[in-house]
Order: sequence, then structure tokens, then C-alpha cells
Amino acid sequence: MARKLPPKDVVIVGLGWTGAILAHELTEAGLDVVAIERGPWRDTATDFNIGYAPDELRYSVRRDLFLQPAQETLTMRNTSSQTALPMRDFGSFLPGTGVGGAGTHWNGHTWRFFPSDFNLKSHLTERYGAARIADLTIEDWGLSYDELESSYDRFEYLAGISGKAGNIQGKLQDGGNPFEGVRQREYPLPAMQMSYAPTLFAEGARSIGFHPFPTPSANLSKAYVNPLGIAMGQCTACGFCERFGCANYSKASAHTTILPVLMRKPNFEARCNSEVLHVNLDATRKMAKSVTYVDASGEEWEQPADLVLLCAYGLHNARLMMLSGIGKVYDPSTGEGTVGRNYCYQTNAGVQLFFDDKNFNPFIASGALGQTVDDFNGDAFDHGSVDFVGGAGINCIPTNGRPIGYRPVPPGTPRWGSAWKKATAENYLSVLGFSSQGSSYATRGNYLDLDPTYTDRFGRPLMRMTFDFPDNDIRMSHWVSDRMEEIGKALKPRQMVSSRRQKSWNSVPYQSTHNTGGAIMGTDPKKSAVNRYLQSWDVPNVFVIGASAFPQNAGKNPTGTVGALAFWAADAIRDKYLRNPGALVSA
Amino acid sequence: MSTDSAFTATRRHFLTSAAAISLVTVSTHVRAQSISGVLPWQPFAAEPPTPIGPQGWVFFTPAEAAAVEAIVDRLIPADDLSVGGKEAGCAVFIDRQLAGSYGSSSRLYMKGPFLPGLPTQGYQGKETPAARYREGLAAIDAYLRKTMNGRSFVHLNADEQDQFLKTMEAGKVDLGGGINATRLFDLILGNTMEGFFADPIYGGNRDMVSWKMIGFPGARYDYRDHISKHNQRYPLGPVSIAGGRPEWSR
Amino acid sequence: MRLSFAFAAATALIASFGANAAENQFDQLERGRYMAVLGDCAGCHTLPGGAPFAGGVALQTPFGKLVAPNITPDSETGIGNWSAEDFRRMMKTGIGHNGIRLYPAMPYPAYSRMSDGDIGDLWVYLNALQPVKNAVVANQLPFPFNIRLSLIGWNWLNFTPADFTPNPQKSAEWNRGAYIVEGPGHCGVCHSPKTWMGADKTNVALAGEVLQGWMAPKITAAPRDGLGQWSLDDITGYLKTGTNRFDIASGPMAEVVSNSTSKMTDADLRAVAVYLKDLPGETQTRSAIAADSAAMRTGAAIYADNCSACHGGNGEGTPKLFPRLAGNALTQQADATSLIRVVLAGSQAGATHAAPTAPAMPSLAWRLNDAQVADVLTYVRNTWGNAATAVPAEDVAKLRRQLQSGN
Repeated sequence: MARKLPPKDVVIVGLGWTGAILAHELTEAGLDVVAIERGPWRDTATDFNIGYAPDELRYSVRRDLFLQPAQETLTMRNTSSQTALPMRDFGSFLPGTGVGGAGTHWNGHTWRFFPSDFNLKSHLTERYGAARIADLTIEDWGLSYDELESSYDRFEYLAGISGKAGNIQGKLQDGGNPFEGVRQREYPLPAMQMSYAPTLFAEGARSIGFHPFPTPSANLSKAYVNPLGIAMGQCTACGFCERFGCANYSKASAHTTILPVLMRKPNFEARCNSEVLHVNLDATRKMAKSVTYVDASGEEWEQPADLVLLCAYGLHNARLMMLSGIGKVYDPSTGEGTVGRNYCYQTNAGVQLFFDDKNFNPFIASGALGQTVDDFNGDAFDHGSVDFVGGAGINCIPTNGRPIGYRPVPPGTPRWGSAWKKATAENYLSVLGFSSQGSSYATRGNYLDLDPTYTDRFGRPLMRMTFDFPDNDIRMSHWVSDRMEEIGKALKPRQMVSSRRQKSWNSVPYQSTHNTGGAIMGTDPKKSAVNRYLQSWDVPNVFVIGASAFPQNAGKNPTGTVGALAFWAADAIRDKYLRNPGALVSA
Repeated sequence: MSTDSAFTATRRHFLTSAAAISLVTVSTHVRAQSISGVLPWQPFAAEPPTPIGPQGWVFFTPAEAAAVEAIVDRLIPADDLSVGGKEAGCAVFIDRQLAGSYGSSSRLYMKGPFLPGLPTQGYQGKETPAARYREGLAAIDAYLRKTMNGRSFVHLNADEQDQFLKTMEAGKVDLGGGINATRLFDLILGNTMEGFFADPIYGGNRDMVSWKMIGFPGARYDYRDHISKHNQRYPLGPVSIAGGRPEWSR
Repeated sequence: MRLSFAFAAATALIASFGANAAENQFDQLERGRYMAVLGDCAGCHTLPGGAPFAGGVALQTPFGKLVAPNITPDSETGIGNWSAEDFRRMMKTGIGHNGIRLYPAMPYPAYSRMSDGDIGDLWVYLNALQPVKNAVVANQLPFPFNIRLSLIGWNWLNFTPADFTPNPQKSAEWNRGAYIVEGPGHCGVCHSPKTWMGADKTNVALAGEVLQGWMAPKITAAPRDGLGQWSLDDITGYLKTGTNRFDIASGPMAEVVSNSTSKMTDADLRAVAVYLKDLPGETQTRSAIAADSAAMRTGAAIYADNCSACHGGNGEGTPKLFPRLAGNALTQQADATSLIRVVLAGSQAGATHAAPTAPAMPSLAWRLNDAQVADVLTYVRNTWGNAATAVPAEDVAKLRRQLQSGN
């Protein structure tokens, strides 16, 4: 029997990027906020100690910072005709946990989506006709890029994003991304100092008429003090970025940009090692009254609050809604229901170039130190003559040379023995890799719901993921691989190896932790789970903040947009909801 | 300003806390459940990796250890590029990993039902790596004794050993017991490579031998001086987590 | 003891209504609150997270443990049954209520220099606090130090009650700074070398001292290991925000900054800075240990592999984040205790509103042995223009044992 605690103004489920942003904004507004996080407290000096942070086995292979499947996992299948089975170990994507969440150990690519991404359905219909997107369930967000621009700016300045603007107030800027949406001002910090591989890649891309630019990076190019007064350091290109916490305060995360100020507020409390089981609704089923959670000793508690914010990561947001009866679970056979629909992912492919005469020092790297070509991303180019919509960013961001995972050898090389060893030693320093990160567009058959068989340690059904790459996305990816091979050829390697994306989606090899959708925002309550302020259509005192809100995914990392949406939602809560609690958008 | 078990380290707190902390392994980290009004911190708080411990085998029986040592010595043979897997400590690495959370799959989802999965659905077996090694090494031993005149893997010559490993890799050997030979081979190969390339603190990669071979500088953190030195060899040797490098000691 | 007029005036109303009368004249309360800030009473008398001024903080002195008492106006467990004159006498002479002698861990030798007016204002403020029931056994010293009568001898040898005497040849600002530093600020309690009896060595005032496993550095204007390189703004900035271009306050000073100096007026901070910069401090030139000596070479390698990612290849640090090591007085103190300590145990910097980051140095005790800690510190102390004594491995070993046994 859960014991009831004294009420708080706001309960936030999860204390990662979105939880920390919302907690900061709402405590500034004077509210009494508790964040309930099922993972542990983490901090830089203890958990990312410079002496043991650079440990590939521990953090990259055994994944000490990540969510353990024993605590929560999902079942997966490619299509509804298969039986979903549990991902007994995570592979293709690796959810985070703990204070700071996956934002602790991300790479730091920080993007704004294109303006056309926000009203993608209208835009593509207008440009190419409805038939072109007939087998996709693309939706408009209900929010425009222009409306979100200032929130993007706030996130970038909070985090110290290091980059070169391409379009300031309508004027194109040399060295930046000519395809980006209009921004009001430059990035807070200049682009990172480039290492050899991205420099060479950029030369090759430029030589065939593409427009490379420095990837906007949350690994800081210089020391910085953010608007909260929090100081951050300069990235030292240690090569232990993704999967690792940063030892020297130079990667933007909740730890380095918000928590020092947030944790000292008397009106904020963080409760760690405490897992929220579900949100409790009142008898009308239209108001949340509390959350129930289990603490580290196994005791159950009920935490009442006036406002419940789901900030638990996109996938877990969707699951919590399903477990709590917030919104109706999507059923692809009827097309009804909103929670779980429009689940999307990322469509990636890669190219490796083997050289004889070059030393790329792959270990001198950081998560977002690189160059990007956006010429073939989203709707940046005319799709008139091709048979797909969407596109991919082409990224040369060699993040590491950690040898358990990174020891490229030409195809056909044995996997062991002296021949293996020789090829490994010969090629380790001299391979240049780059990849495409492609859009992932929604279909009827890609969705999330609750598994009928498998449960977690509390007996709650696991979430079931039904996903495969749509044919449209495969065609897109292959076309972009053709462009990548053009760049590769321009660099005249000894050998080029092109790894193309094929169906079906395999849950085993790592691809990307960009799971989007499942609680999408929109203008139609029948097709979206939250409105344009990320407020649940069904339960107005629940907001659901994360990439769960994306109706489809662009060819860009989600975090920049997730951070912007967090600020956007915070503003709506503070300026609209608190003044007049209730539905902010009439259904 | 209230905390349950978190506290700031003021001069006085140092004095009144019971700070008897072992250097090597004990985590004195603040694992407070409820934190408010403070950014927790504690002196000496650190969670370095657990050291390997004294010589000997923790998981493998002597016969298993001998077999694994011989296997890793073929997967990574001694040659002019480096010592072999055995001397590098790969078998020690695997032994310790199997004795820990990796070996017992304690981090994995191990609830049933266990059903055969599609290739896209990953490993669906009930057997942990520890069980798979135990069973697999026994099956390999039984198979070889049956087919190689009563000899175990350690008694075969190098060519015979390589040949057997290749057939295992190709899935062309029936080890019985429902064991998928390729999967077992992949498991052993993967762990061997982990041991060869991981930090020496885990028992393998003795003296950072693999890192020296490929030119990986190990547990370093500051490359600012070298970022712009395009196409130039990095001049410093590797550093390990526990031992650093020889230049740290006189 | 004759009451001064000022003190009498300040406390007349209190005396007439009894010790707990809450005669809250706003201006006097504000002055009293500020006196408590200058004196950093909370530093000892408020347990972190505890009721204000209710006592309970333990101080480890070389003679044993003392616990700061409850100074809220509770009549049973606090100072509720003290009179104004009791308080004044205690501050001036170290003799408290009912003649009980205070150990100089309560820095009455410094507070003795406070004016009667200031003491009176402080008394009024303390009486306005919420009374808290919290019985504290202050005297936890071992025999024979627990015999308070021994303080008669100590006082006779080491202490004469004295008012602060302004120096007519110095500016009003200098004198204000001197008053604060020598009086309520009691900086010498930590920063002045001590005799074997625990009294300040007045001829080398503020030349630095080790206590409780930290080295409170020299804060005279000595050029290499004092504040010689610090501008007035460096000093006031440090006291106000906990950071300047060299350092970030951590350890005991972090608490002083957050409880006391960050709340001082800009004028008072400047006065303190003016005074400190005028204290000559001996000028000792020394040459750095040769870079090719054995300790320096191992130290350089250890530094490159452990330290440079934060403190920089040239010891330049990052303001508000990683202290500067090059040309920093803190790294060149005669005693390296603080340096050894932060390498072994780590350290979290203090936070102020102006500098909220509170970055933490990671603990490296698990990674570096005593010789390695010693060598890397010898390197830091003798590179980039720094020059100081080498650090012996035995010093590291000793401090490691001391810290890890909780002493």
C-alpha cells in the first residue's frame, strides 16, 4: 500500500536534460518541484573521475552508465506478423539512466531541424503532391520553426554550443550551413578546432560542389560561462565522448549547465533510485493527482502534485502514458489511438576509406568534432526526380579510436590470427570514416504498444516496439550512399567500403539512440497525443516532454530540438498554464 | 537546506565524519535518495575499477583455463607484432569477467518465456556467458577427444588447433547439446578481443601490449596540443588506468 | 569591568527588559546581523543544515575536540540567561557567563579588539534569533586540557584584552580593514602561525598555518607566496565571489566565503584588501628546482597525464573552473598540505551566487602513490615561474593516513 507524501506543486518524472530544464524554469517561477529519477545521483568528480573515466571496457562495452535491461527493456519485432521478443540486452539503441540521463554521455551533435521539418506534411504535399507521401503517416507538428527559434537559441546558449552559423537573420554566412533555418544570432562559441579526418573530408566534399561546415558541437571549443553563471571548460579531444561522462566539465549536460544552480534551490528536491510506476488519475480520468513510485528500499510511495511532467526519455514517456491510461493506446489495425503511433528512428549508412599514406590519429577526437554536409538532408534539395522523400546529413565526425570497438580492417580480412593482427596494426591509424544520418518517416505499421507477454520486475508489461525501415527511407538512404561514395572517390583512397542500409531493422548492432515519436505533438487530437505545447490532450495537467513529441524524425540528432521543446513547454506552463490551468488548446 | 544522507564537506565535516576509506575499491560515493539545497560531494569519493586480484583462476577449472589459454593463443598468436593472447592475459581477463556481472548476465533481462528469435531479435537464450563457457568448453573437449584420438585442444598442434577453430567459426562442427558452434566461437573471440584491447587493469593487455602495437595512447585525456598536427604521429606512449606509464616512477 | 558608554547605550533597553527582550530596533539589528557576518559566527555555531546558531559543530584542535555551543537565546541550552555584560566580557576577555573560561578556539583574542558598540549590536542580534533547544557539551578535550583553569595560565602568557587602536598614519580605509582582519574577521586564527601553545605568533602575523589538514596560506603582500601578485580587485573578487583569476575557494575558506565574506559590503572588502596589501611579508627569492631532476621529470609526466586536461599544459587553469597553477601563491606555500590534500581527497569548490559552479577536483588517492603525488606537486611548485620546496613522499604518506583515519 503506497504511503502518501505531502503534495508538491510539480512532479517531474526523470532528471535528464528535459527534467533539469523544466525543473530550473519552474523553480525560478517559485514552484515547489520534485524530480523523481530511477537511476542514481551522478556527478563529475566522482562518476567521471579523470583517472578512470577513459575506460572503454567499463563504459562502452559493459556500459556502466546506461540503463540495464534488467531494470527495463522493450520487446521488438519488425512487423505485426511477427512475435515480439525481449531485447535481453540492448544493442541498436542504448537508453540512459541516472541524474543527467543519456545527456550525460551523449556525443553532443546539436542541431536545429529545418523549417520544412515542422510542417512536413503540408510542405511535401504542396511541393510533390499527396501521392508521394501516401504510404507514410507524416504529420505537421502544430508548431513552426520560427516559433521555436528563440527556444533553440536558449538551449544553445545554455549549453555553449560551438559552431558557425550559416544564416543570420536571412544573410548567408561563409563557413556555415547554407541550408539551415534563419537564426537570430551566431552560436555562443566558435566552431571546434578541426582534426585531420574531417578536414580532409571537407576538402573532398567541397571539391565536388557540396557545402561542408563544422558540426554544431556541445563539446565546447573554449571556456565558457553560461547564462546561469555556470562555468564550463574547453574540450580536450580525449576520444572518450559517447557512452562516457566528461571528466573536465567540457561537455554540455544537465550536470555542467544546470544542476549546480538547481540543486541549491530550497524549492527543488531530487529523489534518486526511485522508479515511478505510473501516474494516478482522478475519478474523471481527466486529471492527474499523483505519481506512485518505488524507492531504493522497495517501499512504495504516492507523491501528489498539481502538475505532472513526463521527462523520462521519449520511449519511457510513451510507456508511462500507456501504463497510466493517459490517452488511448494506438492500434494499427483500426488506426485509432494516439499513444504509440508514429514511432520513428534513424536511417544510417556508412563509408570507410582505407589509405596507405595518412595518419588520422583516431583517438584525438570528441563526440561532435567534425564536418557535416547538409546538401542532401531533409527537403534541402529538389526531390522532383527521385523516388523518395527525406534525406540525410552526411557527417564526418570520427568520435574515437577506442580499440575494442574501433579497429577497421578491409573486408575479407580474417577475424583472428596473424593476418588479422597485421591488418589491424596496419590500418588502425589510417582509415577515414563518415556516415549518413537519415530521416525516419512514420508509417502505419511502425508503432509502440504494450507487450502481451513480457513484464518487468514489477509485473508491468514491457513496451513493444514494432518497427522496420520504410521502403521510402531505404531508397533515400541508398541514394545518399551514392553521394557519399562520390565524396569518397574524390579523396582517392586505396579502398572504399560502402555499408548501405538494408531492411530489416536488426536490434543487435548499435545504430542510434534516436527513438522518436510515440506521444507526438500535433493539431488533431485524434492523431496526436499532446498539443503544440506538449500538453496531453486527454489529461491537461500532464505534459510529455521529449523526442516522443516528434511526429517523424529528421536527418539530425534530436537533442537540440528536444532542448528547445523543453524551453518552449516551460514557457507555456509558466506563462499560460499556471495563470489558467486547463487545456491550452481547444480540441 | 535539508538533506537525508548527503552533506557538504566543510572543514568541520571532515573532522566529524567517519572517513575510514580503503584506497582501492570502496565506493564512498554519495548515493543519497533525497537531495535538496546542496550539490553533494564527499572527500575521497571514487569508484575505480575493481583490481584483478591475486594470481590464479576464479571461474575456470584448471583444465578449462588451459584450454582457454590455448584458444586465445591461436586467436591472437605470438608473432613479430606482439605476444600471443595467453601471454597478454586474455584468458585471465575472460576468467574474471565470467566471475562477475558479465558472466552471470545480471544486467540483462532474463525473464521468460525463452523463445527462439529471429536474427533481428538478438540472443534469446537462457544460458549466461558463464554457462555457455562451461558447457561449451566441455562440449569442445568431448568433441575433440572423440574425433582427435582422445586428445584435448591443448594436445593438438597449432595447425590442428587453427583448423578446428575455423570449422567452429564456420558452424561446420556439431558440438552436440544444441550448441551453436558459430555463436560459441563468436563469444570466445569477442571476449578475447575485449581482453586484448581493454585496459590492463582487467587482466588482459598486459603491459599495454596491444595499444603499443596499434599506437593507441590509452587512458589519456588532453590532446589539445596535437589536434592541429594533421597527419603527424602522436609522440607519447600509452597510459593505463592503474599503472599510468613507466615515466611516472623514478 | 567598567561598561563603556557606547555599550551601555546599545544594550540599555535589553538590560531593562531582561536578556530575552526582543527590542528589535531595525538599524541595530541590521548592524548586529552584519557583525555576525563579519565574525562568521555561523561558521562554527551553525551545523550545516541545522538551526541557525544552535551549535554542534566540532572543532578538532591540536589539543583535542571542542564543540561550539548553542548561542541562540534559549534559556536552558543557549545563552538565554546571559546578560549583555556577560556577553561583552566573554568577547573581550574569554571569560563567559558564571566565570567559565572559553578556550581560544572561540577566537576571543581577536574578538577582543571589537568595539563595545559592535559587540553590543551583535548581542542585540543574537537575542532576536529563534531560541533553539540543543544541549551541547562544548568541552570534549582530553585531560589535562579539559581543565579550564589552565586557561588562566594560557591567557597570562598569551593574551591581553585590548581594544583596537587605529593607526593615525594610515587612511580610514586601511584602519577599517585592519579592524576587520584583526578583530571580527579573526583571519589570524587560521592564517597566522601558532606557537606550541596555540597562540598567534604575532611577529609573523598572517604568514600562513596548517590546521585540520589544510594549509591556510600566507596573506601578507609577499610577492611569491603571499598576495603580492593580487590586485585589490583580485582580493575583493575572491572574497565576494569565491573566485578570481587565480583561485577558487574550497575547503574551509569556501565556507568563510559563503557565510561571511560574500555578504560583506564592497567598501569593507576593499578596506580588507587595502590592509592586506600593505602588510609587507618577507621577500624570499628562491630558484626553482631544476627541470631535469628526477622528481621534476616524473612529475612532468604525471602532470601531463592527469592534470593538464583541467589545469592546462602551462598551468594556466580556467577562471571560475580550474585554479591557475602558474604564478599562483597557493601552489608555492612553504607547506604543501593543501595541495597534497586536494590531490588525494579531491575537493569541491565553494559556490556563491556570482560563481555557482562548485567544480570539484577528483580524488586521485586511488591512482597515485605517495611518491607520485609528491613528485607531481614538486613539479607544479617549480614550473612556469613557480619556485618552492620539493614535496617529500613521507609528507604525502602522513597526510594520507591522517585523512583516511578521520583525524
